Amino acid sequence: MAEKVHCTIDGRTVEPRRGQTILQVADELGIYIPRYCYHPGLSIAGNCRICLVSVEKAPKPQIACYTQVQEGMTVWTHNEAAQKARRGVLEFLLVNHPLDCPVCDQAGECWLQDYYMQFGLYTSRLREDKIKKAKAKVLGPAVILDAERCILCTRCVRFCNEIAGTHELEVFQMGAHEELGTYPGVELKNPYSGCVVDICPVGALTDRDFRFKARVWYLSEQKSVCPGCATGCNIRVHFNQKRTHHALGKRVMRLKPRYNPHVNDWWMCDEGRYGYRWIDEGRLLVPQKRRDGTYVDLDWDQALSDVASGLRAVMDKHGPSSVAVLPSPQQTNEALYLVRRLFAEHLGVRHVDFWIPPATQGYHDDFLIKADKNPNSAGARLLGLFPRDGSPAAEEFLLNHGPLKALYVFRHDLLGRYGEEALRPLLGNLELLVYQGTNRNATSRRADYVLPSAAYMEEHGTFVNFKGRVQRLFQCLEPLAQSLPDWKILVRLAVLLGLELGHSGQEEIFLDMAREIPALDGLDYAALGDQGVESDFSGIPLWPKTVNRQRSNVSREQPAHLPRVTNDE
Amino acid sequence: MAYYNVSRPSEKLTWRERIYLPELFKGLRITTRHFVVNLALHAVRLLGIKTRRRGAVTFQYPEERRPLSPRLRTRHRLTKREDGMPRCVACMMCETVCPADCIYIVAGELPDPNVEKYPVRFDIDLGVCVFCGFCVEACPEDAIRMDTGILEIASDSREEMIYSIDRLLSG
Ligand code: SF4
Ligand code: SF4
Ligand code: SF4
Ligand code: SF4
Ligand code: FES
Repeated sequence: MAEKVHCTIDGRTVEPRRGQTILQVADELGIYIPRYCYHPGLSIAGNCRICLVSVEKAPKPQIACYTQVQEGMTVWTHNEAAQKARRGVLEFLLVNHPLDCPVCDQAGECWLQDYYMQFGLYTSRLREDKIKKAKAKVLGPAVILDAERCILCTRCVRFCNEIAGTHELEVFQMGAHEELGTYPGVELKNPYSGCVVDICPVGALTDRDFRFKARVWYLSEQKSVCPGCATGCNIRVHFNQKRTHHALGKRVMRLKPRYNPHVNDWWMCDEGRYGYRWIDEGRLLVPQKRRDGTYVDLDWDQALSDVASGLRAVMDKHGPSSVAVLPSPQQTNEALYLVRRLFAEHLGVRHVDFWIPPATQGYHDDFLIKADKNPNSAGARLLGLFPRDGSPAAEEFLLNHGPLKALYVFRHDLLGRYGEEALRPLLGNLELLVYQGTNRNATSRRADYVLPSAAYMEEHGTFVNFKGRVQRLFQCLEPLAQSLPDWKILVRLAVLLGLELGHSGQEEIFLDMAREIPALDGLDYAALGDQGVESDFSGIPLWPKTVNRQRSNVSREQPAHLPRVTNDE
Repeated sequence: MAYYNVSRPSEKLTWRERIYLPELFKGLRITTRHFVVNLALHAVRLLGIKTRRRGAVTFQYPEERRPLSPRLRTRHRLTKREDGMPRCVACMMCETVCPADCIYIVAGELPDPNVEKYPVRFDIDLGVCVFCGFCVEACPEDAIRMDTGILEIASDSREEMIYSIDRLLSG
């Protein structure tokens, strides 16, 4: 236990640990001290001076972000002197600041604007011309700089030095001419470069991808988990539903990291950050069936009964070993669980494998980015969706022409991965190819039936990351067009194939799953919360625990906080 | 573009109103009363007698127009810079403040780093606009004004009520 000291902040007596700064203690007390250069994930620079507070017996105001609490210290964070000092600092910071708010993407989430409204509100006394600096200067693939707007807090510099470790940025020149820039001949190009935009408290560094797309006050926000790799960085999805014309009807505007000390702290990688376009582009919109080389639209009832009778026919003629199912590690646990229940258990399909090895190993490093570019491989493994009891792996039964007659593919682009040539024997042999996924791809263009599913932002659910952390996705958007969440499709298909699953919401599915899988024992959505729970992952495969399925059918109660969902839409 | 369907709860007509003739005569009575009263008022005034109430005056619109107050809010226009570009920087202040949600702006990027942002699209749906003038108040660039003096904006279709950037820029 660290040594405690006694001090008073704004008249409240506290006992913080020695070594804590005034700002940290104030944060714990819920007293907000303004800050620019201080970031909890970076070293302390103490250069912006906006966090000045009065400390009794000190000759002048002290910076709260750097001054450590001392025995017997008395701090006033919002008294006259502190306020005056802060207003003065803000005035200095704004001396050469351009009047750019109308064209600045930061406007609306800018700390200069916020603090000016909170405690600035002075009238400008500047008579001289403002100093001109570089405007709209491209620093790298993701980031654009307006040096006039920069307040030289060096958060971005410290990020590149301390977190990314790539040292691209530095502050050059002196005094009022100080200017942020990259070293000569260097681009701000590292796998995490987008993070400097998040931490820049003003509009100096803005996102090229988001540039002028929408004003931030039109954006809505929901919590989710990045599906870009096995780390599962926690994210906030920013989407625009209020003024849809802004990005020509595209809904998702940007992704931002969400603080989670167990996974990604404050950061996320660029690949994940900008990997959202497929949500609004190239999506499958309606169930379709191939007829004479073209696709005709079907309604869901028709499509599902066709698929069900197709599967039935193949199974009756050739037996369950002629059917293969490829669930995807891009799917939520809830969907995967139903795949397991319907195909592996109910229909007795033996060829079930979630893993299609990628052509080349993905980029990875020792910080966040993992080589496995799927968010839920661990979940699929946890649910036992891989070949066991000596049955061959997916690659084996696809390429070495097992006697497959029906193939049900979730999301995997098999043709894109292996090419037409390698799969020709398989495709020639197939009587039924069903593709259930979110986007058009080479495989969906060959499938007999195409079932559009909702993307991860369009449903509730859970992913399990590489460490075994079970994390929640929250629904941000309505499923696009006629697409449906995987679980709804599977529940309806199961009914047609003679299995009454009876689930009417994702949480119900999760509860059933948690009852059967020891690693998820006792968990529910409330327990997962925003930040997830680390599950005990030892001893995979953990399936199946002997369960009394009767129980799962009795408990049909849906928690009151979830909107009631039905299957008939 | 969204249209707004404004519907009113249907008002049931009484049987008296439905047989129509009584209502017709009621209307005729009002018109006749106005005619006679105004004729009398004007006649008396012609004779040089001051009355407290004055007879109604008719402007021979459209040949004759009422003078407009300079601060009257009339149809919008977008102002231009010296080089003919719109002054608007697509800051969306007007779109944000507009209580009728009838301004539609899409921003684009200009190579000139001193301007940076400009409206690729700027539509005002005058069929929905309530002529409150908030857009003019909110604009930090004096880029939108309601001083054209144009009041005749009726049209045959809803599409024509949507003024695009070209129409707004040409005054
Ligand atoms: S950085 Fe903030 S204050 Fe500066 S122009 Fe942008 S929004 Fe305005
Ligand atoms: S660009 Fe932003 S983060 Fe970097 S020093 Fe300037 S204000 Fe700080
Ligand atoms: S006058 Fe009022 S309603 Fe009309 S466009 Fe301007 S802000 Fe909107
Ligand atoms: S407020 Fe003015 S500058 Fe901003 S978008 Fe509207 S017209 Fe353009
Ligand atoms: S936050 Fe303390 S000096 Fe910048």
